[in-house]
Amino acid sequence: MSLLRIKAIAKKEWIQVRRDHLSLAMAFLLPVILLLIYAYAITFDVNNILMVVYDQDKSSVSRELVAQFTESGYFTTVAHPDSYGRIDRYLDSDAATVALVIPFDFSKNVRTGRPSSVEVLIDGSNSNIATIALGYITGIADQFSRRQVVTPAPPVIDMRNRVWYNPELKSRNFVIPGLIALIMSVIVSVLTSLTIAREWDRGTMEQLISTPVKPAELVIGKLIPYFFIGFADTALCVVISAFFLGVPLRGSIFLLFATSAIFLAGGLSFGVLISAGTRNQLFASQLGMLTSFLPSFLLSGFVFSISNMPAPLRVVTYAVPARYFVSILKGIFLKGTGMRFLALEVVLLSLYAVVVFALACGKLKKRIE
Amino acid sequence: MHGPDTAVDVHDLSRTFGSFIAVDKISLQVAKGEIFGFLGPNGAGKSTTIRMLCGLLMPTGGGGTVGGYDVRTEPEAVKNVIGYMSQKFSLYDDLTVEENINFFGGVYRVPRDKKESRKAWVLEMAGIGDKKSVLTGTLPTGFKQRLALGCAVLHEPPVLFLDEPTSGVDPLSRRSFWNLIREMAESGTTIFVTTHHMEEADYCDRLALIYKGRIIAEGAPMELRQHYMKRDILEIEADKTVEALEVLLREGVDNAIFGSTLHATVEDAETSARRIREVLESSGIAVERIEKVMPSLEDVFVTLIEAS
Repeated sequence: MSLLRIKAIAKKEWIQVRRDHLSLAMAFLLPVILLLIYAYAITFDVNNILMVVYDQDKSSVSRELVAQFTESGYFTTVAHPDSYGRIDRYLDSDAATVALVIPFDFSKNVRTGRPSSVEVLIDGSNSNIATIALGYITGIADQFSRRQVVTPAPPVIDMRNRVWYNPELKSRNFVIPGLIALIMSVIVSVLTSLTIAREWDRGTMEQLISTPVKPAELVIGKLIPYFFIGFADTALCVVISAFFLGVPLRGSIFLLFATSAIFLAGGLSFGVLISAGTRNQLFASQLGMLTSFLPSFLLSGFVFSISNMPAPLRVVTYAVPARYFVSILKGIFLKGTGMRFLALEVVLLSLYAVVVFALACGKLKKRIE
Repeated sequence: MHGPDTAVDVHDLSRTFGSFIAVDKISLQVAKGEIFGFLGPNGAGKSTTIRMLCGLLMPTGGGGTVGGYDVRTEPEAVKNVIGYMSQKFSLYDDLTVEENINFFGGVYRVPRDKKESRKAWVLEMAGIGDKKSVLTGTLPTGFKQRLALGCAVLHEPPVLFLDEPTSGVDPLSRRSFWNLIREMAESGTTIFVTTHHMEEADYCDRLALIYKGRIIAEGAPMELRQHYMKRDILEIEADKTVEALEVLLREGVDNAIFGSTLHATVEDAETSARRIREVLESSGIAVERIEKVMPSLEDVFVTLIEAS
């Protein structure tokens, strides 16, 4: 291993990156743009549910019920249809998600203390929203019922809920740390997926492999400049998340960057592996994008909980570095978790980096095939 | 010619790509300090051979040594003792001249105390001392070629491989390039060079002619001319060259246009010269001059290919 050679390669690679303004701009703008777009687009919070009300009773009591819906902040009344046929039209055309039907005898039943049925129709085509809406509706109905009774009977279970780490249950807080992991997975593999392939495409690789340079020297030399870019990208994402998007950063910044460094080493090596394997820029960039984005999105636990996956798929997730990085970032950001609880993730992430680096060096044959 | 004085020594070197035989059992030896020319048309197997010698391509048959190291089993050791300049002058176009030199100097581990003097040598040799900070991609081909040569020999390798170093380069640059090669050979570097420009063959000490993956002739340029050229070449200068060509072809004389003259390949110079003059003059073509000339290597090559 020659430091002189590694230095020469890193320097050359850095000059090339620096002169390639378009790629450089992409390297810094892409993560910022992705972070901002996804931070606003990916939200699992359900509010502003559009509702239509078919109030057959038209009493003060029925109006009070409707008022409780709108005052909850989750529902907005968009219309008051006067027949079932009209309701269909609203739900069919997505003009409303929920329809509330209050029967003629509603106020009479409430006043005489008899149970009264209120019909709720929900558009279940988005099951996630429907489930959450149903939860809200049940809550509002319970609250309404309790208010009508003068002395409510004590409940059998008195549940006292306290939500830790994200007390407002803001989905953005939970999405963004994972999002950083996802974005960085894609960026790093795209950054390096071109490096070796470009040398093959331009014919410079033939010259390079005729020199006594060793594959490991070549890989390390090429990784160094991209490592710094990746590091700057991560820092940029963290700063934007903490200061502009208001995600609480409770853990150690040092741990955050130390683990990011390990993650970057693995991700960048993976890009080199792809580049060395394909020897073609177009193919390499597409493969790099696909093989980093899909597993990081689907199998990292970012969106879909790993514990809900079928066993064989769960095994596959162990080979997805974003899986560890997602838990590490969520832990450091939201819980302020320290090294003690992240040790396993850090060890596995390091193992991944070492294995992929070795594979990249092995794949980088100094032969024309 | 084996042992310490041999820089390149290969036997039955072969390479196939699927069912295509690119190089077919080539054996050759190159002495230290020799300029060895590898001549042949495009696609004859020149680049494939040179790549195998540089340890870039695994032979599918045969083998041998370069600089004393086995090209099959010690390709990385071979790479320590060679300089290689590929067909495309593979420099980094987006690096400046100086950055390219620095890069290859680093990769070849040129010692610190020699770095500056080697860089100065390359800049001077390539005649680009004033273009240090120019992007390599903007250099004219001739300069690029000499810079590529300079980068390939920064570490002063004992054996130098040049693959079509003069392709796409103007005649003047080509001449100065060959002068450089000659200087290097005189200071002890072994040079293995491929070309398809037949007129460049005379710059070489020894030649091998390769055709369809096989060596069809080998020797010094003079030897090749004398040994392989059994027939004579007549140079004919007539006032209507194209017409003369047609008339002679009709008469069954094997001839071709060569610059502003015709070259006819004949069994015997004296009798044929008389007959050709008669034929041409009876067709109303004035003959200025007919004389026997030394066959060019192109003549030799054409004859050999026809015979094979």
